[in-house]
Amino acid sequence: MSTAVFVTVVALSVSNAPGWPDVKQAFFDREVFDDSFPAILEAFLVNVRIFLVAEVFILVLALGLAVLRSLPGPVFFPLRLLATVYADIFRGIPTILVIYILGFGVTALQLPGVPNSPLFWGTVALVVVYTAYVSEVYRAGIESVHPSQEAAARSLGLTRFQALRFVVLPQAVRRVIPPLLNDFIGLQKDTALVALLGVVEAFRQSQIEVAATFNYTPYLATALLFVLITVPLARFTDWLTARDRKRQQAGRLA
Amino acid sequence: MTAPALAIEGLRKSFGKLEVLRGIDLALDEHEVVCLIGASGSGKSTLLRCVNLLEPIDEGRILLRGEDITAPGIDVNRVRRGIGIVFQAFNLFPHMSVLENVTLAPRKALGLSKEEAVARADELLARFGLSDKRDEYPDRLSGGQQQRVAIVRALAMQPGLLLLDEVTSALDPELVAEVLNVIRELAAEGMTMLIATHEMGFARDVAHRVCFLDEGVILEQGPPEAIFAAPQEPRTRQFLQRIVEAGRL
Repeated sequence: MSTAVFVTVVALSVSNAPGWPDVKQAFFDREVFDDSFPAILEAFLVNVRIFLVAEVFILVLALGLAVLRSLPGPVFFPLRLLATVYADIFRGIPTILVIYILGFGVTALQLPGVPNSPLFWGTVALVVVYTAYVSEVYRAGIESVHPSQEAAARSLGLTRFQALRFVVLPQAVRRVIPPLLNDFIGLQKDTALVALLGVVEAFRQSQIEVAATFNYTPYLATALLFVLITVPLARFTDWLTARDRKRQQAGRLA
Repeated sequence: MTAPALAIEGLRKSFGKLEVLRGIDLALDEHEVVCLIGASGSGKSTLLRCVNLLEPIDEGRILLRGEDITAPGIDVNRVRRGIGIVFQAFNLFPHMSVLENVTLAPRKALGLSKEEAVARADELLARFGLSDKRDEYPDRLSGGQQQRVAIVRALAMQPGLLLLDEVTSALDPELVAEVLNVIRELAAEGMTMLIATHEMGFARDVAHRVCFLDEGVILEQGPPEAIFAAPQEPRTRQFLQRIVEAGRL
């Protein structure tokens, strides 16, 4: 009830404010929206595709990187160092720069045997950058599992790999699902950066529409699409986390 | 003459500058139950962790049925499969049900099929009154139940030696008895056990031999009657006096 009143009050005060007609015309033009939306929606599928493909690679590669960094002992120092340097470098460079370097730089080399499309290299750039971030998330998860858990696993005669695979990682991954989702959302938004390479995705398409109409409604339409996909993602994680908690407390097998 | 179940010879272990174990010699016969008593920090837990190869040792050696398990190049996983250890804090795997906790190592480390591992687990769980908990997750169990599951988890590997590290210290007083009863049962069956404990009454009951650890050495050892009734060393007397004053003996 209070929510309804609040929303009504805000809606009324905004629509009665001086200047609202101008804002409405520039950003919320129904006609422009209807004209541009189908093309933007179609272009948005490119964003979704980049996101889905990149995410699969990121989740796998980042886990591998995090595991490398958690290996103990002096024997694994070179691998740990390599993984650390990778994470430091690619978290340090602005994403947009990596996209330029790979999307323009590498394609200019005309390397034989690798695809030369901006879409491919844009996606690779996102994978490279987000793998660095996500590996840090995984690593925090691995470190949050108390060493006594690994000791218990090893004491039963499990190998180091088995202890990691069956005891440490399942607990680590469960704990980092919410921060992982945050990075998912960041990635979904950053798919728009691939537009800089000339790939026509939703953002690029809306730019085209804006240029044609001198009206900003297409930007709002694009924003709406991004929100529509990230919000369910957020709710899904909440649900996953809650389900996991409930399942452990209810003491039932799924 | 057959080799003892466990022989510890001249064991030394330091953490940085702190020398925790300063030359431990101890042998256990098959089916023998030895209790380690001593103040906190006397090295009881470290000794058990060394035997299970969870801590590398600095000097000395440990022989399991005659085999030097501290020799370089030894397969630690194979050795550990034959030595069970139960920890003070249970250390059950919280993301697994009781059944999964108990079957994980038999399946992955011993290579048992799922059916074999489950059958073995069910038999053990039934024996220790835990059948109705098999599908529960650890955080739904009482401390006493969790610790009994931890014991079952160790037993599922059918170890020839069981190490118990203050297994009742984290339990509410009313839950201690159920865990001690399990251990008594194992002792009666002839399980070889090395037990670090603060439960003096229990040690007197169950142990064939009691060792008093003080500052990293075994200061005094003998049958429980002798240690508890007529300790020879002043330090042992002092320790037991404090235990009596605390109402624990």
